[in-house]
This record gives sequence, structure tokens and C-alpha cells, in this order.
Amino acid sequence: MTSHVLSLLVEDKPGLLTRVAGLFARRGFNIESLAVGHSEIPGLSRITILVDVEDVPLEQVTKQLNKLINVIKIVELDPAQSVQREHLLIKVKVDNTTRSQVLEAVNLFRARVVDVATDAVVIEVTGDSGKTQALLRVLEPFGIRELAQSGLLAIGRGSKSITERVFKN
Amino acid sequence: MTTETTPVPAAPASAEPEMLTGSGAIIRTLELLGVTDVFGIPGGAVIPLYDELMTQTKIRHILVRHEQGAGHAAEGYASATGRVGVAIATSGPGATNLVTAIADAYMDSVPLLAITGQVFSTSMGTDAFQEADIIGITMPITKHSFLARRAEEIPAAIAAAYHIASTGRPGPVLVDITKDAQQNLAPFIWPPKLDLPGYRPIVKAHGKQVQAAAQLLLAAKKPVLYVGGGVIRAHASAELLVLAEATGAPVVTTLMARGAFPDSHPQHLGMPGMHGTVPAVLALQESDLIISLGARFDDRVTGKISEFAPNAKIVHVDVDPAEISKIRLADVPIVGDAKDVIADLTLAWADAARGAAPDTSEWWTYLHGLKEEFPLGFTEPTDGLLAPQYVIQRIGELTGPEAVYAAGVGQHQMWAAQYIKYERPNSWLNSGGAGTMGYSIPAAMGAKVAEPDRVVWSIDGDGCFQMTNQELATCTINKIPIKVAIINNSSLGMVRQWQSLFYDGRHSFTDLNTGHGTAMVPDFVKMADAYGALGIRVTSKDQVDDAIKLALATNDRPVVIDFIVSPGAMVWPMVPQGVSNSFVQYAKDHAPTWGEE
Repeated sequence: MTSHVLSLLVEDKPGLLTRVAGLFARRGFNIESLAVGHSEIPGLSRITILVDVEDVPLEQVTKQLNKLINVIKIVELDPAQSVQREHLLIKVKVDNTTRSQVLEAVNLFRARVVDVATDAVVIEVTGDSGKTQALLRVLEPFGIRELAQSGLLAIGRGSKSITERVFKN
Repeated sequence: MTTETTPVPAAPASAEPEMLTGSGAIIRTLELLGVTDVFGIPGGAVIPLYDELMTQTKIRHILVRHEQGAGHAAEGYASATGRVGVAIATSGPGATNLVTAIADAYMDSVPLLAITGQVFSTSMGTDAFQEADIIGITMPITKHSFLARRAEEIPAAIAAAYHIASTGRPGPVLVDITKDAQQNLAPFIWPPKLDLPGYRPIVKAHGKQVQAAAQLLLAAKKPVLYVGGGVIRAHASAELLVLAEATGAPVVTTLMARGAFPDSHPQHLGMPGMHGTVPAVLALQESDLIISLGARFDDRVTGKISEFAPNAKIVHVDVDPAEISKIRLADVPIVGDAKDVIADLTLAWADAARGAAPDTSEWWTYLHGLKEEFPLGFTEPTDGLLAPQYVIQRIGELTGPEAVYAAGVGQHQMWAAQYIKYERPNSWLNSGGAGTMGYSIPAAMGAKVAEPDRVVWSIDGDGCFQMTNQELATCTINKIPIKVAIINNSSLGMVRQWQSLFYDGRHSFTDLNTGHGTAMVPDFVKMADAYGALGIRVTSKDQVDDAIKLALATNDRPVVIDFIVSPGAMVWPMVPQGVSNSFVQYAKDHAPTWGEE
């Protein structure tokens, strides 16, 4: 299996996410992560899907997605040609002896502390999954009390936009 | 790219848009789209719509007895004509009763418009009386769906649904309309703006791909035209005939494509697949080039897919890009409408061939040999009862190719596909993909409404008949004189056949006790009588023709013939599930010796 990042431009219609997610489920494809939000065009949303699938079934996924009436465009984003980021909020247990080590790790990873309590800190980190996973490994021994992570976000490098030519007939 | 964006209406433009209730807008929209017949049954959430239906005469509403009947009737209507079939149901259970028919239409690419009532928009999401999330329920089995919560949204929703259902790869589209949207007033603006930026069906194929296909066809020694239901949906039979005759290639027509190419044509090898003819099955299996036209390499056609047609290159023509290389990798993928692509392919082939057609005589010698050695045939049952195949064959022979034949699902469906000779598209209706028992009676009813001048036969089984026969009431009351042949083997015959062949004859719960030597519950002749239809029972061969002739002569009411046939009869040939097509069995324990090369 290989990971692929699909970027979908979709109409912002009720039930859209159900249509997309349902399609993955019934065709037997697993969504690794999902991120949804507005695009720069009013009425259009952008969905970034990380899917673990071989090349031939991937073609079937994209073809099936294309059949959804509310899906306007699908592109696969090559990691080399795109910027890909995850966003994590991590609550880590600290005490007087471990606090400084945790803060050191935060600095090394260019993460940030966004909440402090006497026995815990909340850390915010943004990066590709290599970086975020490495930070998690470093923090693990201190005790991760809670973890919330966004789906992968991705955008192509350079001046081109996936919304180009969408409304040219 | 497509040029169609909006349906072309013939509406007068006026300065002040007329104010209509949402219900009035539903009816006016259907009318402007050209809909003349709808099938449905009222309920709480569609009373406003039915109130308006009563006051108009342009659209004929057929009151069915069960929503599934409305759905299949709309399918039969659509499949017999190529026009969009329309079914109406109320919210909740009314809508869920449509689900089977919607799923059926989805599998067989039938243009179906399902209109369902929904509870008041203010009550949605509260588990209100007769509330069901029908859009959510049908999402996996519709091409698309719309929810109209406001009267203003109705014309565009229905027009878009109609457009989506009938273009590209046809399919079912559902429009769910809240009761308040039906009641409220809104200006009726026509034509509505269709805002479908993500819907662009490809019609015209890529020229280079078509030329590549023509080159393969010229080089092939063992070509086959593998014709699927898409050819019928695309109205491409005339183009197919030209292509076939120009190239001299053999033709096979799938279960969904029976009638797309005349059975009487010498190049026709019949139906391929699990119960296909030996020549059709082996032609595909041993071919070196399969030109798939609107077919989808269904498992019932290919048998074990990894061993299907191992030496064949594949040209795959389909209007739906997702079908291409879904099951079998295509060497030449062609996305386009079958009608256009077949015409283009014929031209490209003629251009490339320059009058010198390739020599396929060796291939034909082999296929002719198979045709002679393994003609379609059956043996008389040993129990002395009627052979079901004989009954079906006589129905076809005495009625002829201008009729419409709608089958249920099971043995009788396979025999009807095999033993009736189809000469024209849209004359054979059945539930191919979904395999929906109970399809036949309502589908035949829908076909008869669409084409009142044609004889319409429902070839049904005793199991299927008991699932949807209440629509006989609809037929009698509305003067829709369909003819029903119950191939009564007193059992769920196809399951029974598998039990006989693969489960040591353990006939678990497949006896229905409707036929010979049983309590005959229900008595189908009495039932026909109760429904106001002419009921006839046939138990012996010498009664068959007279009964069919009487049915053909009776047009003032529906006719039901209860043919008491042998439960032992089986469908042959057969490729057992999960094995290669090379192991096609002509009859029990009788496999043809195919060429070991």
C-alpha cells in the first residue's frame, strides 16, 4: 500500500461529506485522514484526503469520486510538488523535574506551548507527518494525556491553482 | 464535451412569473420536461401534490398498490422506451418501499426519477411521524439526489434530476420535497438555471483511441463484439448492425443487451455468461480481441476473472469512465456514448481497412462448429410435466418480436433470455444487475402504459409473482391489459437448482407449494379471477398454444396463465460460479471439448 494525497474541489452542499465518505466505505477504501474547509471561491469547499491504496485501485477511487455530481475536480498531490502539513494539539503530563525537558523538546521541534497548568502543558505543532510523529515519540515517555490532530492539509507548490479553469467551459 | 446543459422547454416567456404552489410547480415542471405518465401512491407528506394532480389532465397518474410497484413500473416504462420513468411516494415507509426499485435502476442504468414527500422542513431531524432520511438511505444507489425545502427550489431540482437521470450513463435520481415546500407559493420561473458544474458527461470519444481500436480490429484473428446494455440505453443498435456487418465480427449480447442485435442475424452467437450459449461463452473466452460496447465485465459474464479470455486484448467503450479497467484492464479505453463511438469506429475501421477486410474465416469455422455442436436445447422432463423452456419458447414464437417481454429473476428469466428470440432493442426487460425478484409484473405494467399498442408479456416465476402480484389490481382498474405467464415449478427454482447441483440436493426452504402435487396455495387462477383478470391453467403440452392464443386474443383485461411445469428442469448451459468460462457445461456433466491449442 502507498499513501496518496487527494485534493478535491467540491460544491458546498448538504450531505456532501457523507457522499464522499460513504463512497470510500462502500468501495472498501480506507481514509487515513480527512480535512475539510472553504476554498478561496465562495460556495466551493476543499477536501484533502490521505488514502492508503495501490495505484490501480486509486484510479478507481478517483473515477468514482468524479462521478459524484458535487465533486468538481480531483488532483493527486505529489509530495515533492506540494506542501503538506498536519496540525496537532498535544496535552503532556509535566512536573517540576520533567517540565524543562518537555519545553526543550518543544523548542527543538519549533512547536509552541499554548496552555500551561501545574501538572500539564498543551503543545501545538505544525508540520509534515515526519516531524509531528517524531515529536510524539519524544513526548511519549513523559505521558501524553490527550491528543487531537487535524487531517493532512496540502497545496501545490508554485503559482498554479487547482481552481484554475474550473469555470471555463 | 457535452453540449447539453439544460432541457429544452417550450414555455412561453412572460413578464410576470406565475405564482404556483410547490405542488403546482412539481406538476408544471414535469409537464414542461415532457413527462406524460407517472406511477405513485399518496400518503401524508404528498397530499398537497396529489391535490394538484387531481385538477389537471396532462399527466396521467397510475395509482399503484405498493411503492415498489411504482418504482418497477417506472423502470419498465423507461426500459421499454428510453424515456425517463417517474415514481412518486410519500415520506418514510413510502419512500423506503421505493428503495429496491431505485437500487435496481442503479444497477441497470435505468433513467428513473423518484419523487418523495418529506415531513415539514421544521420537523426534519426530530424523528417526526413517517420521517425517514431517504436521501441518506439512497445515497449509495442513486446517481444523485436533491432535497427541496422551499417551493422556489422545486423547478430547478426536478429539472436537474431529470437531466442527470437521462444523460451520460442513465440512472435513478431522487428528489425529496418537504410538505411545506409543496404547500407554499413561489414564482414559477422556467427554464430554471441548472447549476451543475461537477456534471459533465463525456459523449464524444477521443479520435486517436478510436483509431487505435480500429487498428486492433484489423489485426485481430479472433475478434468478438461484446455488446452490453449500454448499447440499448444509447439507442445504438442501428450503428452496431453497420459495424458488425462491415467488420464481419461475431457478436454476443449480454443479458442486459438481448435485442440490441437481432437474434436472427447469422453473426449473432447469443448470450454469454453463466447461462450463455456455448458459442458465445467460448467466443469470448478464446478471442484475441474483445470490443466491449457498453458492457461492464460482470462476474456473471466473465466467470473467474483471472482466467477470463486470457489471450484477448480489450477495447473497452463506455460512457462511464469508472467502468473502464474496473474489472479487466483495457488495452484501448474509450470513453464516450456508444452510438457515437460505434459510428466513429466503423468509419475509422473502413478508413484503415481500405476495402481489404481481415480474414476471420478460421475463427468463423470454429464458431460455426460450436454452433452446430452445441445448439440451445433442452430435454423433456422425466417426471412427465411440462418443460418450462417449451412454454417460454412458444410464447415467443406465437407472439413475435414486436412484443415486450419482462421477466422476473431466476430460472424463468434465463429461459426467457435464451428461448425467446429478440429482434429489436427495448423488447426485453429484466432485472440484470440487482436480480430483483418481483420486477416483472410492475415492469410489464409500466411498459404497457408506455407502449399501449404492443403486446406486453410478463414472464414470471411462482416465487416472483408472489412478491408483486398486487399490481394486477392496478392493471385491471386502469385497463392495462398485460399478459402474465407464471412458470410455476412450485419452487424458488434457481436456488433449488444450485441446491441440486452444489448442495447434495438438499432443498432447504425452496418449495413454495404452488404447483403440481401440492396444496397449490395460493391458487393462481383463482387469484387472477379475484383481481378481475382472465386466469388460465395449463398442465400439458397440448394446452400450451391454445392458452397463449387465448391470452393474445384477450385485451379487455389482464391475463394470467398458470403454467404448471416440472420442478426438475434446470438452466443449461452453465458455468459454475467461481470457475473459468472454459468449463462451461452444456448440460449436467457434459462439458464441450474446446480447442486445446
